[in-house]
Amino acid sequence: MSNRLLGPLLVLPALLVLLLLFAYPLAYSVVGAFRSDEGVGLANFVKSFELYRRDILFTFLIVGLSTALIALFAIAIGGYLVLGNNPTAVAVLRWLYRWPLFIPFIVAGQLMRTFLAKNGLMNGMLVEAGILTPLQTISLLDWRGIVIAFVWKQTPFVTLLVSGAMASLDRSMFEAARNLGASRLRILVEIIVPQVARTLLVGLILSFVIMLSVLSVPLMINAQTPTMITANMAFRINAYGDYGVANALGVISYVMAGAVAWIYLRYAVAERMDQR
Amino acid sequence: MSAWRWLPRGIVLGVIAFIVFGPLVNMVLWAFTERWYFPHSLPLEYGFSFWGRVFAPRGGAIESLTNSVLIATGTVVLALSLAVPAGYALARLQLPLRSLILLAFLLPQAFPNLPVYINIARIFYTFGLNGTYLGVVLVHTTHGLVYAVWIATAAFAAVDRELEEAARNIGAGGLRTFWTITLPLAAPGLMASAIFVFLESLDEFTGTYFVGAPDVQTLPLLLYSASAGGNYQIASITALILLVPSIAFMFVVERFFKADVLARVGR
Repeated sequence: MSNRLLGPLLVLPALLVLLLLFAYPLAYSVVGAFRSDEGVGLANFVKSFELYRRDILFTFLIVGLSTALIALFAIAIGGYLVLGNNPTAVAVLRWLYRWPLFIPFIVAGQLMRTFLAKNGLMNGMLVEAGILTPLQTISLLDWRGIVIAFVWKQTPFVTLLVSGAMASLDRSMFEAARNLGASRLRILVEIIVPQVARTLLVGLILSFVIMLSVLSVPLMINAQTPTMITANMAFRINAYGDYGVANALGVISYVMAGAVAWIYLRYAVAERMDQR
Repeated sequence: MSAWRWLPRGIVLGVIAFIVFGPLVNMVLWAFTERWYFPHSLPLEYGFSFWGRVFAPRGGAIESLTNSVLIATGTVVLALSLAVPAGYALARLQLPLRSLILLAFLLPQAFPNLPVYINIARIFYTFGLNGTYLGVVLVHTTHGLVYAVWIATAAFAAVDRELEEAARNIGAGGLRTFWTITLPLAAPGLMASAIFVFLESLDEFTGTYFVGAPDVQTLPLLLYSASAGGNYQIASITALILLVPSIAFMFVVERFFKADVLARVGR
């Protein structure tokens, strides 16, 4: 058999699975979003906005805030790993930050559900340490709990990508800047971050989309209103068999993911223009 | 003097350690707690009685664990039997639109996947695949395919071409060269992709929730129902079972990923 045919033939089965089990249901969800008892139209979207306007905004804010915090922590940890003076502290940090890397969201949700509760270990330890009195303790099991679970779970992933990119930069550049008297913070912000911006953006966008579709964390930490639209989608299906509104909410989440991807594309295009 | 300089570092590292390990310690405590209630900061009594209850025939853990391992194994077999030929073609053979094909496998991870699962469940229902092992394996395979294909491609690309050519020169055919030279040399990378796919399947919640539940019960579903029922001991024991392979993999991942393979992932 000629090589020309063999290649496509070997890739075909995997691509078929992708087509049947991803592209087809994806198209099905978009079509379903525009179909209701009243025929083809925007009825599902109108109903989604009537019922879940707050949750849609809430979802966007929660995931956006989590992404911003992840960016901040990933840059700070990655920056210390590459610029830190003390090898012991760098080694300890490198060993520490990764623990949540492969922990599934559902486990992170359960961990935070017990840790952040009013009588959870966090408050218990703060009380024992004399930082809080038992009356001052509060439960963080609301939007804050979701943000904490997301940031806890996703920061190692973005940090791993970013610190890998930082480690491959030319170190002589930082040393030259330090010899000229630049502070480490300034080197990080003005020299290192711009050079790893692309890797950082890819990690953040993937995290944004992943967090946008997590069902277990909002169900376990905060299923009351306002909650994330993933919980609403599951509710529409389980309680009413209402695929129309569930799909409309799905399309709204595609739009959010698309908006973020668009920011990346604009950045990538602008970067390419600069290089010319 | 140097002791004073360690103070700010020590405080920051201590806070990070508290943030990373606090939730984990809390879960381990819950897994071995007999009695623990407000306002006590620590459990009043430790023991194994909930472990006995979880692993009793009616506790569901044995069934869920068996299901999870069976499904994850099936997912690895299916995903790798798709990814090995695809990865070889992407790494070695002439392929039109190569980078576009590579990117296509990322799409299931780059789109919000919950609405996709809802509709897969609806489509599967008409084929009788809902609530079956095969249905769950198919969903997990689609999700894990990006790791399988990308890592397999990188593993094949890292194999030295000259060794393959040497085998061809002494008369080995294409298939024999693949079986005796290329595949064994790519095996460590393929092993890494198998572990990735296995873990992804073991930990997967959303897809199983829509396609498998309530007929196919896996560990994440057991964890969810225990937690929703307010049974923190059982939820924490299940979480602990899921946690062990995740953390073990985090520590060995670099041993499986040789730098030459890692540098080629996604290319």
